[in-house]
Amino acid sequence: MQSITCECGHSNPYGTSLCQACGKPLDSDVEVLSSMRYEGSARRSQTYKKTFVDHTWNFFSSVRVGVWLIIIILVAAAIGTIFPQETFIPPNVDPATHYESEYGTLGLIYYLLGFHKLYGSWWFIILLGMLGLSIIIASLDRGIPLYKALKTQRVTRHDQFMKNQRLFSVSEEAELEEIKYTLESLRYKVREEKGNLFAEKGRFSRWGAYVNHVGLIIFLTGAMLRFFPGMYVDEILWVREGEKASIPGTKSDDGQYYLENKEFILEMYDKEEKKFNSALSSVDGEVAKNYQSNVTLYKTTPNHTIGEEPELIKVKDGEIRVNEPFKFDSFALYQTDFKLNEFSKMSFELEEKATGKKFGKLTVDLHEPEKKYDLGNGYRVEIEEYFPNFILNEQSQPSTVNNLPDNPAFVFSMYSPETPKGEKAFVGIQKNIEAGENQFKMSFAGIETKDLTALTVRKDHTLWIIALGGVIFMIGVTQGLYWNYRRIWIKQNQDGVWAAAHTNKNWYGLKKDLDFLSEKTSLIALVDKESDTK
Amino acid sequence: MKKKRLWFRSALLAILVIAIGYTIYNSIFEESGTYIKKGDKAPNFVLTDLNGNRVELEDYRGKGVFLNFWGTWCKPCEREMPYMQRQYETYKEQGVEILAVNVSETNVSVKNFADRYRLTFPIPMDKQREVTKAYGIGPIPTTILIDKNGKVVGRTSESLSEKKIISFMEKIKP
Repeated sequence: MQSITCECGHSNPYGTSLCQACGKPLDSDVEVLSSMRYEGSARRSQTYKKTFVDHTWNFFSSVRVGVWLIIIILVAAAIGTIFPQETFIPPNVDPATHYESEYGTLGLIYYLLGFHKLYGSWWFIILLGMLGLSIIIASLDRGIPLYKALKTQRVTRHDQFMKNQRLFSVSEEAELEEIKYTLESLRYKVREEKGNLFAEKGRFSRWGAYVNHVGLIIFLTGAMLRFFPGMYVDEILWVREGEKASIPGTKSDDGQYYLENKEFILEMYDKEEKKFNSALSSVDGEVAKNYQSNVTLYKTTPNHTIGEEPELIKVKDGEIRVNEPFKFDSFALYQTDFKLNEFSKMSFELEEKATGKKFGKLTVDLHEPEKKYDLGNGYRVEIEEYFPNFILNEQSQPSTVNNLPDNPAFVFSMYSPETPKGEKAFVGIQKNIEAGENQFKMSFAGIETKDLTALTVRKDHTLWIIALGGVIFMIGVTQGLYWNYRRIWIKQNQDGVWAAAHTNKNWYGLKKDLDFLSEKTSLIALVDKESDTK
Repeated sequence: MKKKRLWFRSALLAILVIAIGYTIYNSIFEESGTYIKKGDKAPNFVLTDLNGNRVELEDYRGKGVFLNFWGTWCKPCEREMPYMQRQYETYKEQGVEILAVNVSETNVSVKNFADRYRLTFPIPMDKQREVTKAYGIGPIPTTILIDKNGKVVGRTSESLSEKKIISFMEKIKP
């Protein structure tokens, strides 16, 4: 592959359509105007086709490939929003059954195809990676030749280059100094060579597209880093009031963080209050005013073993409200969800059915019931079976849905001096089934509840990278959209003074500059070939 | 010049392919960043079992450990329990231990269940789900196979057949 030497003496790389120095079309079938986008430079991708690496490179260099990648990613990302992603389905449910039971056959297909964790799937990451490749390669292949072309361009251009520009005129004569002065007053940068002029303005706007691509690459890098250990944590933490739980993602060599939920507070607006009266009158039901968790942060000693009763050292107290996270180290805890009135303790009394006489009270901790409750004087109760979330299974046997005490039920054995062998009863909410004719029964004597709070545990070391990418992207967009690259060439020929002009966008603006120029000088107004034909 | 170009292109493509590959690798094992997988060292833990004995994983160094996470309400867990019990009796002599970690249930429920199936292997009670969280356990049952050096050599979330359990036992037999 040879380089092409133009008659002006400049040596151009293979594949060049317009001489990079003087602009002469290097082939007879080259259209000057349509080649101006990249200055008729040789896009490197189109020139070398040798090895596998070159083939891959050429594939990703294509803008068409890039556009297709964007379309595919858009469609895939849209599919991911049809049903909720796995992260957003309730905890404690099995996604395998949840999608089908909630959304039917479509839900099942959605799950089977793995769309329930689409954004972290290998193929979605590959698509994003390919887009990244396409952006980098396409930019390098166009940006570098364009930069070189704009740098090597000469003042004096080939006649054919001039003649083929959209804006062109030939004047009998013109005073160069005057033209130069006028263009400089319009803040053009003017160069002179052998009585010819070249004026340009806003060259940096041509870099806009490449700057915004750099921004995109930084953005994608930030998104990619989220998958790297230690960069990003996004977890849900449920804590019952009065309990302490380890905070996921916070274990390090110097210990594990624990959080205590001291109180969960849910406040509603008072509808009677004058201030809110009119605003709330149209709303049915209550309107929440505040969701808040009062918490204490602890840390274990460094040599803490998982599962062991932790030796906790208090770090600090805090309050978490919506949009007011609790921060420590590089972590932030956000108020995300809550569950009110989860059953915590249930009380019963042992009662003689005939007399209604009571022989003592027992309180069952639903998270850890005792096996035996001694009520004194020979009266005692034993728990034979415990079903935290009672259900009758397919075989009509009592069983439990899970380990959460949402619908507690028990099989009690009641012992008294009169009934030393014991009497059995099945007791649940609104249920009391006896095995035979019992003398005693367990009567319900109250329930205690607790609230749970759900917090999002978030650590994000990638945010600043993503923000930086976003800012650079916007700078690039601004650069390319609000400025444009205007060029005016003046050449002294035998038949008079030739003038040609080009801009990459905003021809109206360029024409206004040219009108001003011909008004102030003896230069004939440039003619727009495209508006002529209209 | 041409050689330089080829080098540059190859290097750039290689860097990007490695970056994407590593990202995918991480995304697969991304779950809470603590997902314990084949090849990892099994994190040590201490729990109290159903009979009140202290169970520490490190004490089983030198033996193979069949670490099972389960709950009484979970049907597939229930199905594999008798198989586990039978194979436990066979392989106990050969240096394989079963630790069946119960995920946050009450002693009363688990005791009834263990009595019903006459389970004799230790059942560590993970009341606070600390071990469950640390091992990144999602659906149960999940079984983790640990060899005599404390290294994880397998992990599965399927309901196990007796044949499968035997093959696992053979795998971690010291």
